[in-house]
Amino acid sequence: MQGFFQNLVLGIQLGAVYAMIAVGYTMVYGVLRLINFAHGDVYMVGAYVGLTLSSRVGLAFTRTPGGFALLFVATLVICALLGLLIERLAYRPLRTAPRITALITAIGVSLLLEALALAIWGPAPRFFPTLFDLPTQNVAGLELNGKYLVILLVSLILMIILWAVVTQTRVGKAMRAVAYDRDAAALMGINVNRIIGFTFALGSMLAAAGLLVSALLNYKIDPYAGVFPGLKAFVAAVLGGIGNIPGAVVGGLVMGVAETFVASSAYSNWRDAIAFVLLIGILICRPAGLLGRATVEKV
Amino acid sequence: MVRKGILVLFVALLAASLASCTPPSENSGDSGGGGGAAPTGGSSGASSGGEPIKFGVYGDLTGDTATFGQSMKKGVDLAAEELNQKPPLGRTVEIRMEDDGGKSEQAVSVVTKLLTEGKVHAVIGEVASTNSLAAAPQCQKEKIPMVTPASTNPQVTEVGDYIFRICFIDPFQGSVMAKFAVNSLKKKTAGILYDQKSDYSKGLAQFFKATFTQLGGQVVAEATYSKGDTDFNAQLNAIKGHNPGVLFVPGYYTEVGTIARQARDQGIAAPLLGGDGWDSPKLFEGAGDKLEGCYFSNHYSSESKDERVVKFIDAFKKKYSGEVPDAMAALSYDTTMILADAIQRAGGTDAAKLREALAGTKEFKGVTGAITIDDKRNATKPAVVLRIEGQAFKYVETVVP
Repeated sequence: MQGFFQNLVLGIQLGAVYAMIAVGYTMVYGVLRLINFAHGDVYMVGAYVGLTLSSRVGLAFTRTPGGFALLFVATLVICALLGLLIERLAYRPLRTAPRITALITAIGVSLLLEALALAIWGPAPRFFPTLFDLPTQNVAGLELNGKYLVILLVSLILMIILWAVVTQTRVGKAMRAVAYDRDAAALMGINVNRIIGFTFALGSMLAAAGLLVSALLNYKIDPYAGVFPGLKAFVAAVLGGIGNIPGAVVGGLVMGVAETFVASSAYSNWRDAIAFVLLIGILICRPAGLLGRATVEKV
Repeated sequence: MVRKGILVLFVALLAASLASCTPPSENSGDSGGGGGAAPTGGSSGASSGGEPIKFGVYGDLTGDTATFGQSMKKGVDLAAEELNQKPPLGRTVEIRMEDDGGKSEQAVSVVTKLLTEGKVHAVIGEVASTNSLAAAPQCQKEKIPMVTPASTNPQVTEVGDYIFRICFIDPFQGSVMAKFAVNSLKKKTAGILYDQKSDYSKGLAQFFKATFTQLGGQVVAEATYSKGDTDFNAQLNAIKGHNPGVLFVPGYYTEVGTIARQARDQGIAAPLLGGDGWDSPKLFEGAGDKLEGCYFSNHYSSESKDERVVKFIDAFKKKYSGEVPDAMAALSYDTTMILADAIQRAGGTDAAKLREALAGTKEFKGVTGAITIDDKRNATKPAVVLRIEGQAFKYVETVVP
């Protein structure tokens, strides 16, 4: 029974990471109706940037909690800028092009980022040095490593901030307006380009979770490190109903928990397949996703 | 007239560009001072004559386990350089290395390229058993001898009579660590975490379990992962629940590093045991200090005081700016030397005769020990157990089959 709860916590922690990436997918889809396939690779770039920065400023600095927090914020900003850049250079010129063109461009950007990472950081995997060993916490009979709690907490805080931005601020209102009807929003005096750029920046920012995961959890980074997390987060976003932010969070958690339970069972080689089995199963029952609303496509 | 001029220019350009794309990586073990072997034509002037002896090498110069291929290249190049100081049968040795990126599909295609386009006389490779198993049928079909320096899965040489190896096999290596766990570490329970996509890892896990159980131990937990995984927490959590005395992780160094760290994160304190797949200069880049006090089996120890080993290590350090050779480099060096020896005994590079000579290798004095090829084309050799201390490998004991 204890193993069950321990797995549950591990799953929620993994799910929180998926949720963070999934929210990035869903936000961009919400305003642009575009699946930004490059999102997973922004996650990978975030991890590399974090590693490079930490070796530049020195390990001693990164090892202090404040230093690590600063490093994380710097990575957040760089990922946001990268998202902005991608939107400006790749997607904005295609704003009026058919949707399939933008989709293929997204795949192109994804491959470009992977190739760039190969060229800059090389094909051999890199490893994060051990930054800090947090003591194992005994929470209600469960032995939990402090690192898992850090990841859980940071992703929770980031998602709450994001939710607040979208629902409570003027920019958030503008974002929702653009998502609802772009032309009408423009007529009301909303600067659509700026709002879309802002959405990209916000969504890509969450991909800096890549740093958290690779620094505290997996330690290993390679140029394709973003592919599988990206794919699974995309499935999570679709599961929850793409375009719906709480849906992405729920989808991410479902995926994380399901994957952990499969991996700890005798069928651990099915862990990646489970994502897609879940996707198919849920979409058969609820074609719009768990929290999605079915809409009629206007023709 | 002008148009004709342009046409001529165009044709000339085309010809030039075609000429410049002759096979790329025909570079070789020529990095030595003596000018070495220039590709093809160059050999005629170099020594007393004869066509050069061509060895094709395939391994992973890039990818997840890239130090395996890189060490292979270094070992083979060093051997070729030494051989070419006094070319066997008066024929220079040429090395052609192809990168397979650690992928079995690519291993098949680069070996096919070495055989058909490179017309090599023998093939050296691979380290990973899965890749050797994929490419071996090509060599068997073309009847060109293939010698693997380090693939330990038994099935590799079962592919056919042209496939050899100069290292021990997994039934032995697995039993070494099982015996060590029971007899030296006095542990009665073990957990196993292995890569279910790797023939090497699967084989070792199976033979470890068999011997461990036979000696009265109990394997209390088994879990699997797949090459390239980065999150082992769920499996480790499942293993932790059974509280094993040792954790056997017969994987490659890339994953082992992450597994060791995540195991310690989870609070698993049992020592980790492994096989020769751990041996890489990059092991500690991934593992940090989380493998202290763990053990693995290997082909040789760089701490050995054997005259042959000392000489090899000195030469290696001199050529590669102070780097200490790992087992893959030592085995690849031995492989090249054994092939050259067999060619000398065969009196040429005729594939059938070379095969006979290889099969008759007896007590060849190599860096990794005396090598005798048995009737199953495997080598019977002792293994060493190494302990990890201060991020270095310390010799513990030698186990004779």
